[in-house]
Amino acid sequence: MNPPVELRDAGLRFHDRVLWQHLDLSVEPGEFLAVLGPNGTGKTSLLKVLLGQHALFQGTARINGRPARRGNSDVGYVPQQKGLDEHVPMRGRDMVRMGINGHRWGPGLPSRRLRARVDELIAQVGAEDFADAPAGVLSGGERQRLRVAAALGSDPSVLLCDEPLLSLDLHHQQVVSNLLHRQAAEHDTTVLFVTHEINPVLPYVDRVLYLAGGRFRIGTPREVINTETLSELYRSRVRVVEVDGQLLIVGGDEGAAHHHEPPADAAPEGRIL
Amino acid sequence: MNGLFTFEDYGDLVLLLSDSIWAAALLGVVGGLISVFVMARDIGFAVHGISELSFAGAAFALLIAADVVIGSMAGAVIAAVAIGLGGAKVGEKNAIIGVMMPFGLGLAILFLALYDGRAANKFGLLTGQIVAIRPDQLQLLVWCALLVLVLLAVLWRPLMFASVDPEAAQARGVPMARLSVVFMLVLGVAVALSVQVVGVLLVLALLITPAAAATQLTASPLWVPVLSVVFAVTSSVGGILIALGSPAVPISPFVTTISFAIYLVCRLFGGRRLARHRKLSTRRAAAHA
Repeated sequence: MNPPVELRDAGLRFHDRVLWQHLDLSVEPGEFLAVLGPNGTGKTSLLKVLLGQHALFQGTARINGRPARRGNSDVGYVPQQKGLDEHVPMRGRDMVRMGINGHRWGPGLPSRRLRARVDELIAQVGAEDFADAPAGVLSGGERQRLRVAAALGSDPSVLLCDEPLLSLDLHHQQVVSNLLHRQAAEHDTTVLFVTHEINPVLPYVDRVLYLAGGRFRIGTPREVINTETLSELYRSRVRVVEVDGQLLIVGGDEGAAHHHEPPADAAPEGRIL
Repeated sequence: MNGLFTFEDYGDLVLLLSDSIWAAALLGVVGGLISVFVMARDIGFAVHGISELSFAGAAFALLIAADVVIGSMAGAVIAAVAIGLGGAKVGEKNAIIGVMMPFGLGLAILFLALYDGRAANKFGLLTGQIVAIRPDQLQLLVWCALLVLVLLAVLWRPLMFASVDPEAAQARGVPMARLSVVFMLVLGVAVALSVQVVGVLLVLALLITPAAAATQLTASPLWVPVLSVVFAVTSSVGGILIALGSPAVPISPFVTTISFAIYLVCRLFGGRRLARHRKLSTRRAAAHA
């Protein structure tokens, strides 16, 4: 059987700047893979490759054995949380409905089957309480739960999440992480989770892909996020400290950032990952 | 009020202008539907820019003795497509509109200065002229309106998806760039149509206000366009019907006043509705704090 996500000798560049290359990665059904690393290392671009929005300059990217392409219903996408105008003509449930058929032409007629499917997805993310409220007045966390439901609308085998916890409160960070974990565990959905912060998802992560300075490491969280491996990856002294089951990454000075990287944010100095 | 309004021969006037009234209703439907997307995509400034450039097109047509309606249509479509191709980001778009608008208006003033025909022709387009329009022009408007309605029906779902959640829509395979250009074309035609009813300066009364009023009352993607159409048709047809009793005043002040009054009423009720939703949202947040 073909792996849900497979990269072979993959390389990505912007103009003449190589972000990463010779990346071999095969993600199993139901696996939860966190993609970590400083800004500008091509984490989001990796998702765009799998969405068919970016081309590799070498190697191949495959979803369920077929080349990555745009509009693939095998792939669901959960973007970053962002504000929405209060008066946008959408309720929570309409966001979910768009995930099912929003890409189709025509005005779209309501049907009992569609409604049942939307209700089912809303129940799956526990959003019954606020599904009928205007999307614009929902909290960021509530909207993000509905986005997960929308991403599941095409019944995908792969879920790509781009910083889905960004600017969510702690409660909703846990709720959304847990939702994605359950989706992976109970429905065998493969989850690729791009994030700055590993800790909210640490209990659920099977493997980590850590990108830094054009290099990368793949392995279990403990194999990758430790003082030796990260120091090697950043080519500078980085310390990983474990406090109450949370991983803190300390250090990584300017030298840590590859000279091609944008300097701001590039070093994880003092940052709780 | 004596002298401003006279309702003698009112019934005859309505009959005489029934074609214009039907056309205004149809253009109201177009305005009501388009305004939903003008709101969702936050492109009010683009609409204003397009309408002013449609004026330049009309002025040019006047100068070369071509059809004014066709001229304004051409100006609007060229402007809309230029804005659509100009930049993806809202800021970039606004800069392009801001650059093009005074240039277009400058051209319009130049064309009008060079034109030595009847002066009334000059200002009809600024304030609307639907009752003064010729039957063949009216026919053109109706065909264009029907075309816009058909295109909107086809584009509706992906366009709404792309407008409110662009990242998710793109990931789902909605062809964002092409959709945006096609929408700008449709918008250009729709603006040119509204220009005929309320004039260049007042198009926003038909292309923003109806949906702005409707979204005060509901967030339902079905009821927002329905209410928006009802409001736009009420404004455009109501404006004409009142104006018929007042030969001294053009239609547009009546259209804009009705449109504004509807908005005010909706806002009054909508404010309470939003406050209720916000309170519920706070309560949910408190429940797990």
